[in-house]
Amino acid sequence: MSSFNLDKFLKSKSAGFVLPLIATIVLFVVWELVVIIFKIPAFNLPAPTNIASAMFTFAPQLLANSLRTLWTTMLGFVLAVVVGVILGFMIGYSRVAYLTMYPLLVAFNTIPKAAIVPLLAIWFGANAIPATVTAFLLAFFPIAVNVALGLDTVEPEMKDVLRSLGASQVETFQKVGWPHTLPYIFASLKIAASFAFIGAVISESVASNAGLGYLIVQATADFNVPLAFAALIVLAIMGVLLYTFFVYVEQQVIYWAR
Amino acid sequence: MVQPALDSMSSDPRSPENTPLLEFDQVGLEYPFEGSMRRIIQEVNLSIRPGEFVSFVGPSGCGKTSILRMVSGLNPAPIGEIRYRGQRIKKPLNNVGIAFQNPVLLPWRNTLNNVMLPLEIVQPYKKDFGAKKGEYIRMAQDLLSTVRLQDFQKQYPWQLSGGMRQRASLCRALIHQPEILLLDEPFGALDAFTREEMWTMLQALWMRVKCVGILITHDLREAVFLSDRVYVMSPRPSTIIYEEVINLPRPRSLEMELSDEFNHYFSNIRRHIHHN
Repeated sequence: MSSFNLDKFLKSKSAGFVLPLIATIVLFVVWELVVIIFKIPAFNLPAPTNIASAMFTFAPQLLANSLRTLWTTMLGFVLAVVVGVILGFMIGYSRVAYLTMYPLLVAFNTIPKAAIVPLLAIWFGANAIPATVTAFLLAFFPIAVNVALGLDTVEPEMKDVLRSLGASQVETFQKVGWPHTLPYIFASLKIAASFAFIGAVISESVASNAGLGYLIVQATADFNVPLAFAALIVLAIMGVLLYTFFVYVEQQVIYWAR
Repeated sequence: MVQPALDSMSSDPRSPENTPLLEFDQVGLEYPFEGSMRRIIQEVNLSIRPGEFVSFVGPSGCGKTSILRMVSGLNPAPIGEIRYRGQRIKKPLNNVGIAFQNPVLLPWRNTLNNVMLPLEIVQPYKKDFGAKKGEYIRMAQDLLSTVRLQDFQKQYPWQLSGGMRQRASLCRALIHQPEILLLDEPFGALDAFTREEMWTMLQALWMRVKCVGILITHDLREAVFLSDRVYVMSPRPSTIIYEEVINLPRPRSLEMELSDEFNHYFSNIRRHIHHN
């Protein structure tokens, strides 16, 4: 019999995938058992098998609504990247912009965004726009802050080396500022993607006509708890996929950052 | 003023070797401190000729680093003036090479590309960068093998030891054939063994490029080993209080450190260091 080497396994790449998978399966099994043993009604806590069958039954609705959530999230996120990177560069390079805008940004960021959604619904109606805007509002701040931070953390000695070579502002940015800021941008993209997702779902559950947030509110209003759970699980899967995607892109682009 | 008898120096007083490349004319420095101006550097007058290697030693806070920043033009002298070939330095000179205690290599570039950075910025190299890239790569490889990094060209900074990074940083400071090499405690963060190894490598690099070297250091042995001339600065407000001409033949070897002559220079300098 071949002996299983635990230490070796823990250091291997597959451990990072296999162990969480086992944990998920164990969680579902325990969940199923608890529901059966304590005879919990599906109305309170549906068993995983019950949720799975709801997923199957309502597959078209789940698919349509997740697509809606996905594109509002992505649209809000892309807007956030564009605005966040531009704002970050302004704050990072201009002292005037930093002094005038940074306090306003911080103040704005402390407002719970869920409180803004009703206003957005009045302005734009119960459609995809409030979700996109909320996704954007939640996501741009961490990007702007990280870009500014990245520009600010270029070592002064490195700037001196460039200046003493007679490098122009553009060259300094191109050779040092931009690549130095990339890891900060990617760190913020992972956070911002999750935030955009949260923003879209919050908005959908308050004022929308579609999306997973909307579906969950509708399902609970109909006392269809298994469907609400099915939507939640789809949300979790989408969140993990989104995060994993950015981790992958990050590893490809900034392989040098250790 | 004492004139050093350099091997390369010719006897003709009008030869280019005898006209100063850098002149310090009543250079002073002050900083605002608690509402008034505090004088850091009282007055420094000296001149440095082409191909000379000089060191500045002195207690911390005496303005040694400021001298380098004034020469480089990053912070031109606020009082008095420093002249480069007779011209007052008012803005960054672009024919200097700089190395700091922190090697500041770019983490996204491998060793070779880090060393080649100045060639992408400084003229006339910049305009030919596309056409002559092969030649430039050979120049960089040449310098890297002088400091025994020829097998680490493709490595990234995080794969190198502290000493290796500093060697790459020295190569970067010299690849564009600068006329002045400015070194601000470049080996301050290295252990004693690595440091001595770095001295011989720096000497080898410097002897190839034949530029003016200006070294700021706390290490008196380092100053003696590398310099043609060592300036000792007094505590704040500082002036040059002592000047020692080091007449050891080049290339100098680490064994020389044990010689009486070396230790004689060392003690002369040590005797003139006063603390704040």
